[in-house]
Amino acid sequence: MELTAVSAATGGLLQVATGGLLQVATGGLGQAGEPALAAAAPEPVFQSVLSVFGGILADPFPNGIGRYAVGGLLVGLGAAIIYLGTGIIAGASTFLESTLSYVSGKPRFQRWRASRDWRVVFTLGIVGGAAVYALVFQGGPWMTEVQWWRLLGGGVLVGAGTRLGKGCTSGHGVCGVGSASVTSIVNVVTFIAVAVGTALLVQTLGVTP
Amino acid sequence: MSKRHPLFLPLILAGGLVFGFGLAYSHMARPEVVLQFLQLEDFGLLFVMGGAAVVTATVFALATRADGRAPLTGRVYRRRMRSLDRNVLAGGLIFGVGWGITGICPGAAYASLGVGNLPILWAFVGMFVGAYLQGAVRGRRADTDTPAASAD
Repeated sequence: MELTAVSAATGGLLQVATGGLLQVATGGLGQAGEPALAAAAPEPVFQSVLSVFGGILADPFPNGIGRYAVGGLLVGLGAAIIYLGTGIIAGASTFLESTLSYVSGKPRFQRWRASRDWRVVFTLGIVGGAAVYALVFQGGPWMTEVQWWRLLGGGVLVGAGTRLGKGCTSGHGVCGVGSASVTSIVNVVTFIAVAVGTALLVQTLGVTP
Repeated sequence: MSKRHPLFLPLILAGGLVFGFGLAYSHMARPEVVLQFLQLEDFGLLFVMGGAAVVTATVFALATRADGRAPLTGRVYRRRMRSLDRNVLAGGLIFGVGWGITGICPGAAYASLGVGNLPILWAFVGMFVGAYLQGAVRGRRADTDTPAASAD
């Protein structure tokens, strides 16, 4: 009850603040001499920003936290099994470069030669573990509604960015943060902040899901 | 590498299975759920990353302190440390844009294929192309760039 009251109050504050900003924005643009277009355009943006923050404050975990926390502990356990047995801290994105060494002679990829076979096995394990989940809990295949061009184009950026940045959500996000590595924390904060901004922009442009 | 412990690959597979099951169980294999986090509608992802990091932090701390070696490789237990340079920031930025557009990261993409999400193969093609392009560009640009000493 108290939580609801607090978030309602916060929502109200946001509304007041956003209202003020709106007036400033439309007033300023009006003076600039493009009143009709400018006055109409900003309002939905502010409204959507307002609804986003109002919604997340009122209910940050609409699907509970159980599945997330249990899944996360299992992800950590998988990394821990490999680490304890082999001393290797396995990240998922290196597989992309090490597998390229099978088809490209470039030194950049060939330097992963020694580890490329077990990285294939690691990736097959990830695919297999997820398939076990699908068979036991999902009752059949699940398919995304995200458009193919987003998967392809965004995938290029994911492949390039994770390799340039020395790791991804597993290497930096799970193992690097678990190592209290400043490099990893800087990388994770960067990619989360940029991804939130990008995803909100994509949503604002009307692309769903 | 030819004299590997016979349990090396089976253990990697076992770890991968648990890792992938966890990604699917947490719904991170579904780009829509990751996008819900990035669009500030469901903060559950923080518990996935946080929960996993708590486990690795505990295991790393205990193993590095115990002063032992890994049974299957004889490796000394170390933490994951990388040097902080411009590439870490630039890479994080590029990855962030890609993650925001798609809601997929490499590990979650592999798991996504496992839950039957065939369209994710588009992302596989994209990620390999991206990894190849950055390797090709960097290989041409900087031969002075020190190759990573670690093989992990």
